Amino acid sequence: MSNDVVLALVVITALGFDFTNGFHDTANAMATSIATGALPPRIAVAISGILNFVGAFLSLAVAATIASGLVDTKAVTLTVVAAGLIGGIIWNLLTWLLGIPSSSSHALIGGVIGSTMAAAGASAVVWHGLVSKVVIPAVLSPIIAALVAAVGTWVLYRITRSLTDAARKHGFRVGQVASACMVSLAHGTNDAQKTMGVITLALIANGTLAAESNAPVWVIVCCALAISLGTYAGGWRVIRTLGKGLVEIESPQGMAAESASAAVILLSASFGYSLSTTHVATGSIIGTGLGKTGAEVRWGVAGRMATAWVFTLPSAAIVGAGAEALAHAIGGTAGVIVDLIILLAIVGAIYYRSRASRVDHRNVNDEWSGSVTPAEPATAAA
Amino acid sequence: MNSWIDLNALWKIVVFGLLAGAGLPALFAVGLFTLSRGPKLRTAGANSESDAIAGGSVAGMVTAAICFLIVLAAIGWGVYEIYQTGHPSHH
Repeated sequence: MSNDVVLALVVITALGFDFTNGFHDTANAMATSIATGALPPRIAVAISGILNFVGAFLSLAVAATIASGLVDTKAVTLTVVAAGLIGGIIWNLLTWLLGIPSSSSHALIGGVIGSTMAAAGASAVVWHGLVSKVVIPAVLSPIIAALVAAVGTWVLYRITRSLTDAARKHGFRVGQVASACMVSLAHGTNDAQKTMGVITLALIANGTLAAESNAPVWVIVCCALAISLGTYAGGWRVIRTLGKGLVEIESPQGMAAESASAAVILLSASFGYSLSTTHVATGSIIGTGLGKTGAEVRWGVAGRMATAWVFTLPSAAIVGAGAEALAHAIGGTAGVIVDLIILLAIVGAIYYRSRASRVDHRNVNDEWSGSVTPAEPATAAA
Repeated sequence: MNSWIDLNALWKIVVFGLLAGAGLPALFAVGLFTLSRGPKLRTAGANSESDAIAGGSVAGMVTAAICFLIVLAAIGWGVYEIYQTGHPSHH
């Protein structure tokens, strides 16, 4: 059964999700470079945006595997995809408002699982696949990244111990920027593909594409554009938490953290493991705090993040399920349209709420005083 | 290997992750260290405010250049490999 109006709405919603994905995750690549002053904030988000665009074309391995193996694809309709995306977008925006780096991938997967369950029952979810492909990698990946970053940090300080602090900072800035660029590339490769996978799934569900098809070129280009524009918009709140809140970072630590993130993300992607870039980047930053004697990891901030991670899948699932139930109750194209109108209202409300405590490129690096919003309101500087 | 954890992929991610994610930055650090060797920084050594990193030793600079080139080549090779495996039809 094909419905081109709903299909167009789903594609637009998916690109909207892709935008929030870039926006939410700018921090994964650039938080440390912005925090150490290696790059001016607005240059950093511009470079990251461009590299996310390039990265989206680098590999198509993950796009093929997303959604297959997690839910029964026969149960997936356009409405299910739309409802799942709504769950992902709302969770991404709420965590952004709180400045918490949570996983966009988990938000998307949670939303789709919730809407599938609402449409076709719990038996339509491949629980074994969910645990082995999503939950277990989510637990392991930050630990591996932390290990690599901690070893890297210790080794970097050990090798350069005869340099003055200023010389070390100067020397490692180049390395830090280069490694942050690699993470941006890796992010485009890993995350843009997830939206490509979802749009492809919608095209297959609509009968526009044959089953088992690859993502068409226009889908790849649109996803690359959406994620790179989102990255350029910059989720300053999350950047601030990761760069200033979790660990106070010096440039050798920045290089160690970003190299560890880039290596773990790219290796996992090439082994077909679709993991969360956010979990890896956060693990790396904690690791670089552990690897340097005297550095402080703010475990309270880390604990808040971990709590959000645990809630990501179920929360996005509940929103996804609610959206699916509502769309089903109203029925047809009208149901999807009502869902999207409610989504727009919530997005507007969250955006309005965020204006009350602005965090942007001007105050992103202010001293950490226990919260995302700097002590001095940004409006004073504006 | 069991059905819950892909141990085969896991050990590769840990080992190659350490090689690329910690090893390459370490090589970069070795380059910075050899770059800093030489007469210029020995006289400036007492000045902890200086952020100069070139020490002026020719051997040091050549070693540093080799280190940096290896790091660059490794990154380029890695990106090429990912492109190759991500586009199976291009083989």
